[in-house]
Order: sequence, then C-alpha cells, then structure tokens
Amino acid sequence: MEGTTGTAALDDGIVAGRLHAETLRTNFADLHAPLSAHEARIEAERCYFCFDAPCMNACPTQIDIPMFIREISTGNPLGAAKTIFEQNILGGMCARVCPTETLCEEVCVREEAEGKPVKIGRLQRYATDIAMDEDARFFSREASTGKKVAVVGAGPAGLSCAHRLAMHGHDVVIFDARPKAGGLNEYGIATYKTVDGFAQQEVEYLLSIGGISIELGQRLGEQLSLDGLLGEFDAVFLGIGIGGVNAMLADGSETEGVDNAIDFIAELRQATDLSSVPIGRNVVVIGGGMTAIDAAIQAKLLGAENVTICYRRGKDHMNASDFEQELAASKGVTIRHWLQPKRVISSDGTVSAIELEYTAIRDGKLTGIGHTATLPADQVFKAIGQTLIEETADGLRIEGGRIAVDKEMRTSHDKVWAGGDCASGGDDLTVTAVAHGRDAAESIHKALSGAAR
Amino acid sequence: MADLSSNFVGIKSPNPFWLASAPPTDKAYNVERAFEAGWGGVVWKTLGEEGPPVVNVNGPRYGAIWGADRRLLGLNNIELITDRDLFVNLEEIRQVKKNWPDRAVVVSLMVPCIEEAWKTILPLVEETGADGVELNCGCPHGMSERGMGSAVGQAPDLIEMITRWCKATTRMPVIVKLTPNITDIRAPARAALAGGADAVSLINTINSITSVDLDNFCPEPTIDGKGTHGGYCGPAVKPIALSMVSEIARDRELKGLPISGIGGITTWRDAAEFLALGAGNVQVCTAAMTYGFKIVEEMVSGLSNWMDENGHRTLDDVIGRAIPNVTDWQFLNLNYVTKAKINQDLCIKCGRCHIACEDTSHQAISATRNGERHFEVMDEECVGCNLCVNVCPVDNCITMEPLAAGSVDPRTKKKVEEKYANWTTHPNNPGAIPEAAE
Repeated sequence: MEGTTGTAALDDGIVAGRLHAETLRTNFADLHAPLSAHEARIEAERCYFCFDAPCMNACPTQIDIPMFIREISTGNPLGAAKTIFEQNILGGMCARVCPTETLCEEVCVREEAEGKPVKIGRLQRYATDIAMDEDARFFSREASTGKKVAVVGAGPAGLSCAHRLAMHGHDVVIFDARPKAGGLNEYGIATYKTVDGFAQQEVEYLLSIGGISIELGQRLGEQLSLDGLLGEFDAVFLGIGIGGVNAMLADGSETEGVDNAIDFIAELRQATDLSSVPIGRNVVVIGGGMTAIDAAIQAKLLGAENVTICYRRGKDHMNASDFEQELAASKGVTIRHWLQPKRVISSDGTVSAIELEYTAIRDGKLTGIGHTATLPADQVFKAIGQTLIEETADGLRIEGGRIAVDKEMRTSHDKVWAGGDCASGGDDLTVTAVAHGRDAAESIHKALSGAAR
Repeated sequence: MADLSSNFVGIKSPNPFWLASAPPTDKAYNVERAFEAGWGGVVWKTLGEEGPPVVNVNGPRYGAIWGADRRLLGLNNIELITDRDLFVNLEEIRQVKKNWPDRAVVVSLMVPCIEEAWKTILPLVEETGADGVELNCGCPHGMSERGMGSAVGQAPDLIEMITRWCKATTRMPVIVKLTPNITDIRAPARAALAGGADAVSLINTINSITSVDLDNFCPEPTIDGKGTHGGYCGPAVKPIALSMVSEIARDRELKGLPISGIGGITTWRDAAEFLALGAGNVQVCTAAMTYGFKIVEEMVSGLSNWMDENGHRTLDDVIGRAIPNVTDWQFLNLNYVTKAKINQDLCIKCGRCHIACEDTSHQAISATRNGERHFEVMDEECVGCNLCVNVCPVDNCITMEPLAAGSVDPRTKKKVEEKYANWTTHPNNPGAIPEAAE
C-alpha cells in the first residue's frame, strides 16, 4: 500500500505507529534548516548596523546583534560566535527556540521598512554552529577562588549561572533531578526545534570551561535540602523551574487519556523511536501557550487525525506567538478560542470526548456563558500552565507564585539566588532564564569577592 | 518619442550607447550579438600591429570588489589588447560593418610610437569600412610597460605626435582615448586637440589592486603566486570619470572638443549624467560584462522616457546642459544655507544618521525625544553637510532644506542673505576682491 500512513493510522484510542518511520523522520526534522554560507552572507548584508540597535535592546540577554551580524558578513563567524556567547552562553539553543518574532526580529528596522526583519535567529545559529562544530572555545577560568557554589537545576538558568561562576574561578556543583542535564532544553522543547541531540552537545560545550561538576538524580526536597546545601556551599543558585502542573478545573480530569502536555513533549524528546510513541486519533489540547502549540503540532506530526487546541480566551490573549499559531495551522492543527473545559466524557474508563463551555468576558471577567460544545477525543492534553512546587523553596519569600528576587536575582536569603522560570519577574523564556543565571552569577561573584576582602 | 539618434563626430548610430573597446568587442560573434541586442555602436577591441599576436596570461585576468549581495562595484583587468590575428579581426570588422550599416563600428588601435607603424595599420582599418578609429592611449597594464597605452597617454607630446600622424594618414575620424592615471586630465586632452583629434574618449581604466589574498599574501588577481596592478572600471569609477569629463568640457581651451564618455556607466541615468556633463555619447563595458548585452534595452527605454518626461527631444537638448553649473569651489554661494530634515513618516529609526553625526560630524541629530527612540536634526548645530542623507538607508527620508532669505540661521545666529556671495569676496579671505566675480 502506498502512502505515508502506518498500519495503525485509523485506529481509535492512544496507539503507536500511526505513521511510517520514514514519514516520522521527515515530520520531526529540523524546523528551519541551517543557513548555508551563501544564505548567511546575503542575510547578514541586510543588517543596517543600527545605532543602539532595537534588536539588541529587545534581547533579554542583550546580545550585540549588529556586531555579530557584521562579523558574519565580513567572514568572521568565530568572532560572531564569541560576541553571542559573551552575553549568552546558550546562544546556540536560543537561536533555535527563541520566539524571535516577538523579540529581536519584531523590532528590527527592516520590519518597519519592509515587513521583513533580518533573520537574526538563524544568523545566530549559523555562527554558533560553526563555533561549536569547530569546538572553538572563547572562555577560560580565572584562578580558583576556593569558593563553592551549588547550582540547583541544570536548565538554561543553572547552566548559564554555572558557566559564568566558573569563569570567575568559583567551583560549581550543579544538581539536577533528571537523568540528563539541560532542563527544559532537553525535556521541554519540541523535537523539531532542536534535533540531533543538540541540548546535550551544548551542555558539553559549556562544561568544557572546567570547574563545574554535575550530579544528576538529585532532587531538591528529596536527596537535597536547601539547608544542607547552605551548610556545604558558599552560595546557592536555584534554577529549579516550575515543575507543578496546574489542575484542570473540569469534571473527570483524572480520566485515563488525560495527560500533561509537558510529559508528552518530554517523552517525544527522549524517544529513540518515534513510531513507538502512542498518540490519540482525536486529540484535544487545552491551553494557549507555547506548550499547547508544541504538543498539538507534535500530536499531528505523530499521526493524530484531528488535533484541536481549545483556549478559553481570544486569539490576541494567547501566549503563543503569531508565528507559532501559524505554524500549528500549517500543520493542520485547529485552534478554537473562547472555549473552556467543562467535563471529560469517558467510555470504558478512558476518554471518549470532552465537553467545553463557550466563554466571554463579562464586566472584565472571563466567564462561561452556558452554551457547550462536545469534541470527540481519545486523548486530552493539559497545557494550562505550571507552578512552582513551593516546598522546594522552603523559607524563601514567594511572590506571585514564584521565588521573589531582586534585580540581581537575590532571594530573601542572603546566600541564595534564583533565576529562570522559578523566579519572579520573568517571562518563562529560555533566553530570559539565561540572562537570569548570568546576572545571578555576577551578583554571587560580587558577594563572594566582597566576603574575601 | 525622444529621438535618441546620435551623430558623434560624423559617426552615426541609432542611440548613444556604444560598447567600449574591451573583451565584449573582441570578435564578430560578440559584436553581432551586441547589435542584435540593440547597442548603437562598438569600439572594436584594440588591434596591434601585424605580427605574432599578443600573448595573454592564462590565469585569472580579473579582480573585483563587491557591495552588499555581492553586487559587482568595481572590476579590474590585466588582459592585453586583442590576442587574435590582425587580419582575422580586420576581416570580421569588414563583415560586421557590412551586416550592420546603421551601427557605429570604430576600431581601437595601439601600435608603437613610430610613424610607420601608424601609417601601416590605418589604411588596413580604413579598407574595412569602419567608421573611425580610437587611439588607445589609456591601458595602464602590460602594454604600458612596452611604451604604449597609458605610457603614451601620460606624455602629452607623444599624444600630440601620434594623433598628428593619424590625422595626416586617414580620412577617418580620430578619437583619442585618455588615461585617468595622470594629474590633470586637461593636459593630454589639449595635446590631442593640438594633434588634430576629432574627439577624446575617457576614462580608460585606473591603476588598481582590487584585493590581497590573505592566505598567501598575493595581490588579486593572482597568477601563480604573483599579481600586478590592473585597470579598474565599473560603477566605482563613475565619479572619477564624471569629474574628468567635466574638466575637459568646461575648459576654455578645449571648448567644443567632442567627448565620448566612459567609466562605470551601468544605467540610463549614468549615461544621462555623462551627457549632461558634456559627453556626446557614452561607452559601456563593465555593466555588459556583468549582466550581458540585454541591459541596453533598459538604457534606451530609460533615457527615452526621461527625455520625454522632461521635454528633451534630441540628445543635443541634454548634452552639456550641466556644464554651466560646474564651477570652482571659490565661486560657490556661501549665503546658501541648508538644514537636514528627517521625514518622520519615512524614518525606520535605524539611527545611522545620529551615530554618523554624533561620532564623526557635528553632533546635530538627537536620538531620543521624551525618552523614546526618535531622530531629529538640531538646526542650531546642523552645518548642512549632508552626511546623514548619504548614510540613511531610506530614499528621500532625509532631505536638505534651504533656509529662506531673511530668516536667521539658528546655528550662526546670522540672517540668511538673499545676495549671492562667495569666497572671493569673503572677509576671511586675505585675497578677497571687493565685488563677487560671478
């Protein structure tokens, strides 16, 4: 039989093998192929080298974008990579996952001039790929200070913090609960955005500076305690993310077949054989952020016949960028707005449909308006946000459900810093986590240097 | 419809666009293609005297510089005059002229500075029915080492001498092609005129090394590890050529000497500018070598449309029209005061005007207003230099606006005088004369 569908293509329920392995390989290939040298030069020459460039100011890590693009255009990609890594040691991953359309590229003056910004993200990837492929290293450790810092969480915030601390000569131990380092870079990003084990390559590249050790399978609140770390280390940085998943306020939300989108995304990233990953035939994703989009697109790419994102507010309220929404649409995902889950309908103990209630904003408040719609579903993904597991931050001041930090990422405890999604004032972006980690490291360094004097 | 027909020193062509003597005009095959594409005329690639043909290098002959998107801006070459047999060339010239009687076929010549050499070759050319000859006193590479090309062009007495020989030998119009590798272009032009030249053509190429291969420290183009200067041409040389053409066109002694304008002409607009500065026609090479012969269509339609839109009926309505406006610095109106003005609707806020002015000029463009990114000219600081206009990536976003007579220049706090006044009468000029020489 010709075609792209596998033997289980039209089976109901949550089953593996809806598509042929070859189709899956194509579906989950690199979303944007790397720029060739020719493409990179042509694109780099579009940059106007703006004064006090808006792109640079829009970047949470303040990468000197006009400079690195100029370096690319003059045939100096290693110089470009150094310019990027100086501000953002995870510039390779950020080049892949940053929502550039709402950051640097949104404010590119070319966007103003002609609606076509310079492809900053892809140029950043071009330069960082070359540096990493050549194993060009730009940073080295200062002489050891003898100070020890614990970094909890090997995600973007923790890695960035550890690297900057190592540069300053401190000894760093990174603890992470999972079997691999990388945090959401390894477990939380759509497969097609970071292919070929890039997250692990990046961790290795970053660790090559030396002075950083990683201890995996160490979870705060289980194997580790904040008090214990404070007794052993001169400072602690928490980059623990937000591991709790919000509960879905709908009847039957514990039914089999109702899953967390982040778990599905992680499973896909860790799968060695995508044709072994089961997926429903009719999939409904509840949520309106990047996680909802990532889960919905990948459900479709795995072979789900119908994938619908239901979001309780309007299009403009969605956290997912226009680009992400359009990408989902182009993959055949349906996005429906003003619908909130009301009841999971099951049959034989597993999901068979979901009843949703139409919503509206009345008197400034979102409310159900009584009318309902029922969508057939053999799998429902919850992507309605995550929360800080507060007991992991025991004793620290909490603000808005996150660990309260000041501008230098200091928590309410004078030896504890925090950054990334677990810290207050962020925007749940990889690039912001990197900035937090870096800035926290500078603050820790300042504090530890002061103590030494 | 504007009439683009050209009559340059009696040589008629349907339009003023000739291909310059260069690789595109080395043989009948190319020239036939050029005429099919619509070129008005050609100057056949330079012929040398009878004998063993010239030998060219078999490695790279061209070097280049590029702008954004690898657009070719400047090209240099170290190719010599034709390396084909003299009589093959002559026969092809005869046949092409026969096939294309309405097109101009001029033959470029370069033989040693011996009267006999010129007296031998000119009749051979005349027999082909060619419309004229162009004496190559310009090529700066290779042949110049043998006492020809720019070696002649740099010695006005030699120019006069060979021009005189040629005029005494042939009935054909004689055009003398000048090298720009000289201090004052008027000297060789005067020599050509003194020798009886019917016209001059300029510029030939400029001494140049386009780049250095940094892997092995060789100048480009590199031939087996060595390089030499070549002749530079293409869009990059246009400003130099325009200036030299204008110098000849406005020189009292040279008044009326026809000029064939050459140097980086790429579009109809470039051609119109050469005509306006006194060129009677134009010759093109690099643009054709970059894009092929088809570009002449755009040149013809563009020039024609521009002439129609501006009421210019014939080329004579355009030729030399800008010359009265070319003057010396000392005669520029010092009472003409302009200020840059940024059109905020067109501004894309790149800030290049600001940083150029702030770092390298007069600190006259602010970068913020009420804390917002906003670029505005401060009239009290602006000297009207125009740098911001030139670095702005948006066409017409920044313009130079003259201050009205009677208003006060916020920079100098002085009233803008209506009266024209220049350096010759300026009080700061120790040699000032009482009245402005207009």
